[in-house]
Parts: sequence; structure tokens; C-alpha cells
Amino acid sequence: MASTVTFRLAKPRATAPADAADLEPAWIRRVLVSVTLGFLVLFLFLPLAAVFVEALRKGVSVYLATFLQSDTLAAIRLTLLTAAIAVPLNVVFGVAAAWAIAKFEFPGKSVLTTLIDLPFAVSPVVSGLIYVLLFGAQGWFGPWLSEHHVKIIFAVPGIVLATIFVTFPFVARELIPLMQAQGSDEEQAAIMLGASGWQTFRRVTLPNVKWGLLYGVILCNARAMGEFGAVSVVSGHVRGMTNTVPLQVEILYNEYNFVGAFATASLLALLALATLGIKSFIEWRTQRDTAAA
Amino acid sequence: MSIEAKQIVKRFGGFTALDGVSVRIETGELMALLGPSGSGKTTLLRIIAGLEGADAGTLDFFGQDATRLAIRDRQVGFVFQHYALFRHMTIFHNVAFGLQVRPRGTRPDKAAIRDKVRELLRLVQLEGLEDRYPAQISGGQRQRVALARALAIEPRVLLLDEPFGALDAKVRKELRRWIRKLHDDLGITTVFVTHDQEEALEIADRVVVMNKARIEQIGTPAEVYNHPASAFVCGFLGDVNVLPTTGSVSAFIRPHDIDVLKAPDGAESKAGVVKSVRAVGAAVRLGVLLDGSAEPLEVALPGGQQDGAAFRPGEGVFLRFRRTQTFADGARNGS
Repeated sequence: MASTVTFRLAKPRATAPADAADLEPAWIRRVLVSVTLGFLVLFLFLPLAAVFVEALRKGVSVYLATFLQSDTLAAIRLTLLTAAIAVPLNVVFGVAAAWAIAKFEFPGKSVLTTLIDLPFAVSPVVSGLIYVLLFGAQGWFGPWLSEHHVKIIFAVPGIVLATIFVTFPFVARELIPLMQAQGSDEEQAAIMLGASGWQTFRRVTLPNVKWGLLYGVILCNARAMGEFGAVSVVSGHVRGMTNTVPLQVEILYNEYNFVGAFATASLLALLALATLGIKSFIEWRTQRDTAAA
Repeated sequence: MSIEAKQIVKRFGGFTALDGVSVRIETGELMALLGPSGSGKTTLLRIIAGLEGADAGTLDFFGQDATRLAIRDRQVGFVFQHYALFRHMTIFHNVAFGLQVRPRGTRPDKAAIRDKVRELLRLVQLEGLEDRYPAQISGGQRQRVALARALAIEPRVLLLDEPFGALDAKVRKELRRWIRKLHDDLGITTVFVTHDQEEALEIADRVVVMNKARIEQIGTPAEVYNHPASAFVCGFLGDVNVLPTTGSVSAFIRPHDIDVLKAPDGAESKAGVVKSVRAVGAAVRLGVLLDGSAEPLEVALPGGQQDGAAFRPGEGVFLRFRRTQTFADGARNGS
């Protein structure tokens, strides 16, 4: 049986790969589609649905009451604050790095390109530990910082720093290939026509990469709001002070407050759905723009 | 005189793109920088524009030292090889760009910009395409948008990098005649880069022939074609036959400088056999193998005067050389 299937799969592909769908027996198509769908339902849709089912288990009023607790509200505020600092900074860093890498030749360029990927390669827990080693009480700058009454670790600055580190690559990674493909001819043309550096950036470079930039920003934002590992190490889990939304979910869950945990988690799930929605919209717009070009 | 480059040297890593190049561009002329790829012609154009800096040499730009002049103060109109139109802007905004980015004090008002853009689009025969995007128009139209955009800043000199390179043969011919006419109408000093000798000879007032980072010859199209200064210029400008020589000289003859005779004409003519007969448009080309030589010579007969059908492969003929050109090897001057 198995050998027959292999044979029937292999032969049509070798002769007419474009029309493989027409040549595959119908039952193979049905099996493939149902396996894929089954997998998606089991591993993606069910957990997502479970979050909302558990969150709403005791009714809408209990669900909403979770968000009135001061600790949860504080966690939401801290998450928004962290994203509001980390995302704009990473947009500036990302655009600057992408600009430098895509448009100029300089020594150490390949090193810089590799360094940008570092946060992706390093485990988030290690990223958090780096900051503890640098700024913690026993860390390199610890004594100096405590002398000057600056608190970074187990405080908001540490959370922001760790988040910036972890989300750094998103914008730069999105822009570098885009800017490299576009080259610098249009910028040179703008300069020849008398535009200043800033005018060239605002009127030529930025509009050309706007969809890629937006794409990078929403991915960066999703990660900034959802980051757990790195933030967990530097946060210290001070209730109402240094807990972000993901950390708050863990605390509530560990206290057997399942409705509270899932209700808070549903915020992150909604963020994920919104991110996916915006992402699809941007992909659709980009495709439309390239189709016109 | 508008621009004078003296002893310009430019290196990219270990590669020398320009090796002591000097050229004067006269006001109002249409000059071609002609040469094979890698000869340094585009680099010279980009140095004049200010897009590249020279490693050595001086560039006098309308009486000013160009090294002290920022690109945006040079007022150079530059047309890029692939046009470099702003892809996210309409044709209107592409052409208006140079006016819109001016400092507030010297920027024309909106109505004036609109009038100027309309006038330029009329000049390049693209009225009615204002609202299109670069991706929605043809290559020849893009080329003319790039030209209109460059003209909008009222440049003191217009520089064109391979302006016809990306177009198909028919559009190229139309456009180059149109550019010659535009130059005559506007009288703007223009320099263009090309690797196509026909293009340079047809429309330029003067041609700068470049090879291997150096200038081989500067002259009018007639001068460089009829009196090439070097073996390279002779070979690069049109077809030549290499004649066998003795000693350290090279001798060339152009296919149309050979007469084909049915009967010998004294000691001047050389006997040979017709190897091939080809009709190339209006002209007829013969391949004739001279007695005692290994390679056939290419002979061009003006189609109207001599009937190509009068010669058949295998037929014995006599060749008379009207004009040969000889160059001492390595020397710049020939006879």
C-alpha cells in the first residue's frame, strides 16, 4: 500500500509539477487538508479558545472585575509604558542601523549586521541576566548606582532596558533587505535636485519603506508587550510596581486565581489577534503596491 | 568655458577608474563621453556631478573650485541610467520635487510650481500623465520624466548617464534625435555618457573617446572618425579590417574604404576570392579572401551604386584600398 502511494505521488510530480493538485487522488488531498486543519485546531485554535472560555467561566462581570483590581491595572499601565518607550527607541535605532548598513560601506559592517541579530540568538533569560550582572547590586555598576540612589534592576528602568534589548532586531531586520533592494539611486537623485539630507529622508527614503517599517513596528510592539523571560529576570515581581501583563498572568495563575489569570491573558491574546490582523492588512497593501509597480 | 577638469585621478580600492584625465566642456555644447565599459566615462560624469570625489586633480565649475561646492549648490541636472524616479510619487510630484525642496525664501508658490511642471511636461511631450506613477508608464516616457525633473531646477549643465541604454532600438533612435533637438532649442550645456559609437557620432558636437581610465582623443565626430588618434579609437569607432604588417605598426582599413573591381587596376589592386555576400539593409557586405592571407576582409558596398548580386561566392575579384590608417604600436599619433 505504502509503496503504491509513493509511486503515485512521485510520478505525476516528475512530469507535471504545476498541475499536481489535479493529478493527486482526491483522498490524498482530503487527508493532507484535514491533517493540517486538525493540527491547527488542536494546537492553535483550542488554546486560544480556552483562554477566553476560562476567562469568561464565571461570567462577564467577574471577567471585567479583574481589570478593576489595582495590581492588574498597574501591570497594564507598566506594559503600555514599556512599549511606549521601547518601540519608538527601536524605531529610531532600527532605521539608523538599516540606513547605515543598506546605504553605506564602512569597516565592521558585517560585524554590525551580525550584532543586530544577537538578541534573536540569545535566550531571553540570558538577556535579562546580562542586565542583572551590569546593574544589579553585585554587578559592575551596582555599587556606583546605589551610591547615587539609581535603581535599575527590580525597577522600571531595568524592565525597559531588557525589553529594548529583546525587541531591537525587529525594525532593523525588516528594513535592511528592503533598503538594500531599493539601492540609493533615488536618494542621490533627490540630493542632485537640491534636497537636504533631512528632506531626502522624509520625502524619499521614508515613504519607500513605510510598509516595511510599520510591519517591523507592530511585530516589535507585540514582542515588547508580550516579553516574559528577560523581563522576569530583571523585574523582581513587586506587585503593583514591577509586574508587566505577562508576569501578572503568571502570578495570578500560581495563586490559583484562574479566572483572573485567563482574563489578563486574554488581553495578550487580543493583542496577538490585532497584530495578526494589522500584519495581514500590511501584507495585502504591500502586495497591491508591488503588483502596481 | 563652463567646466574644466584637470588631471583627475580616481581609484576604487586597487582599481584605477580615472588616471589623470583632463577635459574642458564649453558652454552650450553637447558632449559625448564614449568608451567601452570600465573605461571610466561614468566615473568622470559622477565626479563632475559631485556624486564622487576625485582622489587627485582639480575641477573648475563655472569659475569656482568644485571641491568647495556642495552638490546642491552646483545646480547640475543629472539623469540616471535607470532614471531613479521617485516610485511613490506621481509624475507631477517627481518633476516638481526640485522646486518643492527649495528653501522657503526662494521656493516658488504652488501656482507657479504647477505652471512650471505643466510647461516642462509639455516640453517633453508628456501632457496628461501628471497623475500616473512611474511604474505605470513606458521606459521612453520615464526617460523623459527624468529629463523634465532635471530641467526643473534650471541646471547650468545637464549630465546624462547612458541615457538611451535601457530602451529598445527604435525608441533609442527617436529619443536621441529628440534630445539633440531639445539641446538646440534650450542651448543648455550637456554631457552624456554612452558606449554606443553611433549614438555619440550622431548627436554630439564633440566626442571624448575614453579607454582604460584615460582619454584617447577629443574631437568633433568627423575628426575622431576620419582622423583617429590611436589604434583604439580607429577600432572602436566603426568596423575595421586589420591589415597584415611588418614591424611595430598596426594598419587598419574601414570596409567602405575598399573598392571591388572585376579586373586588375595596375599594381595598386590585390587579387582575391569572394567568400560571402550579405545584404545588410541598404548596404551589401562582401567577405573577400586575398591571395596569401588567412582571414577574409570585410568590404562594404553602397547598395545603390554597385549591385551586390553582381558578385557571387567563389568569384575572383581585385581590391583597391582607398585609405588605410597606420599607427605605431603604443604611440598616440598615426598617419
